[in-house]
Amino acid sequence: MALAALDHVTREPAPAIANSVEAAVELEQVSVRFTTDRGTITALDGIDLTVRRGGFLTLLGPSGCGKSTLLRVVADITRPSSGSARVLGGAPSAARSRRDIGFVFQDAALLPWRTVLENVTLPLEVGGGAPDGRARDPHELLGLVGLAGWEKAYPHELSGGMRQRVSIARALISSPKLLFMDEPFGALDEITRDRLNEELLAVWERTGTTILFVTHSIYEAAFLGQEVLLLAARPGRVKELVPVDLPSPRRIAMRETPQFVALVSHLRRVLETC
Amino acid sequence: MSVTAHDTAGMGAFVEDDSAQRIYLAAKRRMLWRRRLLPVAALFALLAIWEVSVVAFGIRPFIAPAPSAVFKVLVSRIDILLVNLVPTAIEAVSGFLIGNLAAIAIATAFAYKDTLEEAFFPIAVMVNTIPVVAKAPILVLLLGNGMEPKIAIAAIICFFPTLVNMTRGLRDVNPQQLELMHVLSASPREVFQKVRLKNSLPYLFSALKIAASTAVIGAIVGEWIGSTQGIGALIIQATYNFDSPLLYATIVVGSVFSAAFFGLISWAESRVLTWNVART
Repeated sequence: MALAALDHVTREPAPAIANSVEAAVELEQVSVRFTTDRGTITALDGIDLTVRRGGFLTLLGPSGCGKSTLLRVVADITRPSSGSARVLGGAPSAARSRRDIGFVFQDAALLPWRTVLENVTLPLEVGGGAPDGRARDPHELLGLVGLAGWEKAYPHELSGGMRQRVSIARALISSPKLLFMDEPFGALDEITRDRLNEELLAVWERTGTTILFVTHSIYEAAFLGQEVLLLAARPGRVKELVPVDLPSPRRIAMRETPQFVALVSHLRRVLETC
Repeated sequence: MSVTAHDTAGMGAFVEDDSAQRIYLAAKRRMLWRRRLLPVAALFALLAIWEVSVVAFGIRPFIAPAPSAVFKVLVSRIDILLVNLVPTAIEAVSGFLIGNLAAIAIATAFAYKDTLEEAFFPIAVMVNTIPVVAKAPILVLLLGNGMEPKIAIAAIICFFPTLVNMTRGLRDVNPQQLELMHVLSASPREVFQKVRLKNSLPYLFSALKIAASTAVIGAIVGEWIGSTQGIGALIIQATYNFDSPLLYATIVVGSVFSAAFFGLISWAESRVLTWNVART
């Protein structure tokens, strides 16, 4: 439905050669520990990871493997207990204050007292707004996520899938270089999820944004990612980084190809040992 | 619902069917009138039973006057009733404004300074549990006679529920909304204005609705303890004179004022909380 609207969206200018080699996200021996009444929990244990610019990494693992924590470290929401995290060559906090980071939360996190349009433009009103020339047209973005005509609706009038589309439009409003998504489609029905998966890939291809995507669905991880990072639980650690070699553009029907089925069964086998 | 019909029709989810729509709307209107008229009918039935019982059992007027006797007094002595309503209304409304503004200001300070909240919020919760009628005499002793102590009583009675509710509303924000504001590098002021304040409005209005009736109770209780005018004073005088019809009429006037005040706040709530009321 929204695919036709994509034609209006212009691709970002190609990054300079020097930038294209530079990594979007680099983690070096990152550990996160939480201390509670019942003792200390190691959420992440010595994670090494590099995501290149323009990449699409999906993070997959059992609950408690720290995949959300990893996303929160690079988004500067959680600080690592040890090790170093670098985003676009600098500290995550610097990337955050430059508005290079867009974050999509699990439950959309819309402000219920704001209309759809006001929710999408919230990032332009706070924290100094978008850097010069990077603010995008909210109407165009709502068209991109298939919500043209819903500008004046309030969040409670929308379905779960529509709310999540609003939060994606909000994350894109200041043209972030990185998009971090924490199980954004986890609460949606499978048909809506499939459609949003295809649309997300289209957005990624058009904008050249680097995406880190947390999910607990093997199919979603394999379908979306250029690479799948498999994490093991207790303590959260890297089990395997699986490159995904599927042709582009990807379509939902591709899930029935032998190549995709083989990939999924490999991911499942690794997950069973996590 | 603020999504207009053509918006949703454009999405293809709804079809035009005028006759079905008419039947649906007519049924909805009937339900609405039913809900409005049934309580009114029940009220008149109860008044009729009361009237008949007073006559049938020969109950003397000073023990329980018939509704018709109360109504007669309500008409014939309306001047006295209204003259006495004025001071009570001034005390209740002034107390309401002072108490709530102070509560909102302090709740805001709590939201910015955690130390203040940790130190004083538990005390506010504790004082809030003391009943109105227990607080009033203490304040009369402290503040003496005149209109000021009544305003002070009404204000203090409004103050604590609003402080407690508003503080909760400013504090109990969805953590993901706060993380979002963090990712957007929002300043504490922006977090307060764009998230906490809006989040607290439903809590604030439920406190204001409670305060609207308790402010009137506060003023009346204050007048009981030392006053020559006002609804509270009139209640005391009528009771001592065994003038039950006047007592009941006074109570009716006080209640109507209290209900009107409550209605005004509810109306303001429905105008301000458009995103919240639309859900119910």
